[in-house]
Amino acid sequence: MNEPCLPPWLIVGTVPDDGFGLVQGECRWDAFGLAVAGVHVPVRRGTPALVAAACAACAALGIPAPQALLAGDAGRGAGSARAYAWLREKLAELRPGGLTFHYLFPDLAGHDMALFAAQDLPRRPLLVADAGFMYAAKMSGQAREYDLFTPDAGELAFLADELAPHPFYTRGFLLGPEADTRDLIRRAWEGGGAARHMLVKGSCDFVVREGEILAEIPGPQTPAMEAIGGTGDTLTGMVTALLMAGREVPQACRVAALANRLLGILAGPTPASPVAALIPHIAEALRLAERAETA
Amino acid sequence: MKLPFGLGAKKAAAAKPKGHDASHARGVMAFAHTAEVIRAEAALKAAGFPVRVMGPPPDMRTGCDMVVEFELMREPSARRVLAEARLAPLAVAPVRAGMLEPVSLFQSVDFGQWLMVRAANMKVTVDKETRVIVNVSGGGCPDVPALAELMVGRTLEDAPAPLERGQTLCSYALELAFREAQRLLPLDAGSAS
Repeated sequence: MNEPCLPPWLIVGTVPDDGFGLVQGECRWDAFGLAVAGVHVPVRRGTPALVAAACAACAALGIPAPQALLAGDAGRGAGSARAYAWLREKLAELRPGGLTFHYLFPDLAGHDMALFAAQDLPRRPLLVADAGFMYAAKMSGQAREYDLFTPDAGELAFLADELAPHPFYTRGFLLGPEADTRDLIRRAWEGGGAARHMLVKGSCDFVVREGEILAEIPGPQTPAMEAIGGTGDTLTGMVTALLMAGREVPQACRVAALANRLLGILAGPTPASPVAALIPHIAEALRLAERAETA
Repeated sequence: MKLPFGLGAKKAAAAKPKGHDASHARGVMAFAHTAEVIRAEAALKAAGFPVRVMGPPPDMRTGCDMVVEFELMREPSARRVLAEARLAPLAVAPVRAGMLEPVSLFQSVDFGQWLMVRAANMKVTVDKETRVIVNVSGGGCPDVPALAELMVGRTLEDAPAPLERGQTLCSYALELAFREAQRLLPLDAGSAS
């Protein structure tokens, strides 16, 4: 086990409101909801769901909550550009021990700005990427600079397609039902589209290091979870918290994957459930998953 | 270290004529932003132009982007249609090698009361009885959460089509999933709405 991450951990993403501005600071998740630097943030899906899940998991693990850099961006990319510029200008002052990049406009120049800022830190932080930023990381050809990607099945096919600049252009032979997850994992690594570790989300979750499958987490199964917007965000939030607590990447992935599946058992959702209904169960899900890990 | 995508890349070779390859007469229009591509496609289709959205050739890619493929010989009239919509392409070029097709495969999962349709990285889940959209999941571009908030809780007729408000390729994938859900759950097939 690594030492607990004493430097701050920064989660970088967006909220779907162009008028939100740019907010950076400590996160708080309590009975009043989610606040970042004292600014209330609605939790419905996306980066706010990731941050809320990370905060809930940190509380369960007995460690301080992460910091967040949130930009208002409803899709035009201007808010994401402000976040990228902030990283270029301010990241060295924060000196985070890790970064989790999430819903950001997948712009290559912005990606490189963020990655270079992280690489210029005196001590290299752990780098986790999901969602739009993961798309840009893969597209940049620098996926292996990252410690962890957390793709779902459709995103894995994109990572495995060396030609696709976005999941929208993933070629059919990689995306169809005949595509084999193990082949896609191998292909993604060999083609340079995968990070050093991957947590592949699906009917069976896979923990992968350098293209090699380390663990499979096939259950418990709650098929409705796939339909709920934000269940990938809770998973990335929990794995972020476990990394902050000093867990090695493969262990953090195993525990987070099992805990996310246990959320489905504990919350008993339907395909119509909101992700906010899952977050209150994170503490118990993590406790059970950590117990299973040590059993 | 590898340079950012596109920098230092060799220009893609222009496609050589091959017999009666229809691509001879096709061109692409590049715009400043994905949202403009979406508007341009809608305007040109409404005017009767056979157009489609494609991935740009490698040397034109900047990130979350796409181009409009159209009949090159009709460029002047296409530009007039775009001008009426206050749109102007940044560049127009012949179709060349390296362009990618948008995703065209769909997968659906039947949850009994609900049907989930996936296109690329986007999923939309609909109550089969009421045709109300109950969830939107997947995707990674920043407009996805905004679109989800507009669509969830509305029927397949009442919900805004993702491309009306979308800005990114994820919104385009969501549009495809949305249309496929409309096709699989037609209004006259037992809807209560």
